[in-house]
Amino acid sequence: MAIKHFKTAEFDQEVEAATLSMVDFWADWCGPCKMLAPVVEAIAEQYAGKALVGKVNVDEEPDLARRFGVMSIPTVVFLKNGQEFDRKVGVMPEEAFTAVLDKEL
Amino acid sequence: MSYEVLVIGGGPAGLSAALNVRARGYGVLVVSNPPEESPLWKAERVENYLGLPGVTGAELLRTMHRHAKDAGVEFSAGKVLSTVRMGETWYVSIGADMENARALILAGGVARGKKFPGEAEFLGKGVSYCATCDGMLYRGKKVAVLGYTQTARREAEFLEGLGCAVTYFDRPKTCAISGDKQVERIVCDGKTAEVAGVFLLRPTMAPTDLFSDLAVENGYVAVDRRMATNLPGVFAAGDCTGGLLQVSKASGEGLIAGQSAAAYVAALLRKEKNN
Repeated sequence: MAIKHFKTAEFDQEVEAATLSMVDFWADWCGPCKMLAPVVEAIAEQYAGKALVGKVNVDEEPDLARRFGVMSIPTVVFLKNGQEFDRKVGVMPEEAFTAVLDKEL
Repeated sequence: MSYEVLVIGGGPAGLSAALNVRARGYGVLVVSNPPEESPLWKAERVENYLGLPGVTGAELLRTMHRHAKDAGVEFSAGKVLSTVRMGETWYVSIGADMENARALILAGGVARGKKFPGEAEFLGKGVSYCATCDGMLYRGKKVAVLGYTQTARREAEFLEGLGCAVTYFDRPKTCAISGDKQVERIVCDGKTAEVAGVFLLRPTMAPTDLFSDLAVENGYVAVDRRMATNLPGVFAAGDCTGGLLQVSKASGEGLIAGQSAAAYVAALLRKEKNN
């Protein structure tokens, strides 16, 4: 399954409709983001049907990055019905992200 | 690119490790700052390196570099920012690039990992270690660059090119970062700057920032006799393991770390072949 790429226009509707979402803010010019990409993709696959896992390209969607106050990438934001409840900044092992999701499932 | 072994650091420990990985026939990449930034480069005379009395640090480093290069060691200039392990492979980010290897050797020299007040607290809230990664998020804003390398000036210029107003601090000794929810100001050696971002450009990331679960002892990377750390496939050599800050000690440890890493890779490949 291809990973979700959020666009500003549909973002709110999509994350508000999802009980649980995980959003990875990234950009092309960022090595650490590239490294996190396969981790996020693996989580998307593993949690398909349980959590909405997707990515926001801060270059293409600067408004979303600004709204979430993303000041360092990668930043991964966790939301419940569209409300942020946790975030992780920087590259971390898969378990650091799945632990947050598992607590809510 | 994919390598069997990736070495972080291009001093005597890292080069010796890389050379000995090559001797076992494996591909190896050394990621390091330019040699001129090595503390050894500035040594006018090295008196106790056996067989080469009175050699200059620069000469020794140049010779070691050539030796490794001639043996087929590959080099990449830059700073390793983060690592993550997936399956039996380590992924390493270097600026905007990414490499991967089966084993890693930490040989980045002394980096105590001592942080300035506010540094850890505001990480991701204005504190950044990578101008290339985060610069765009500070477009049109005031930022401070704390430069500890010769390449830091270029990164400050890169930020200016993006439209950041940069206050440059040249190797400041004591700084404090403060603000409410995010960075608002920094005070370095008595000079204050009101900024939204602080780019901390040290010569190397502290090992504990590169690996969250790395075991340390008295502030140094903990290793066993094989120079293995507590993490699978991660070895360490030289000044980062503590003890004497001497070339012979570093190159000796590098030899052991290189051979241990090669043996680790060999065992991994054997295991994969049998499965």
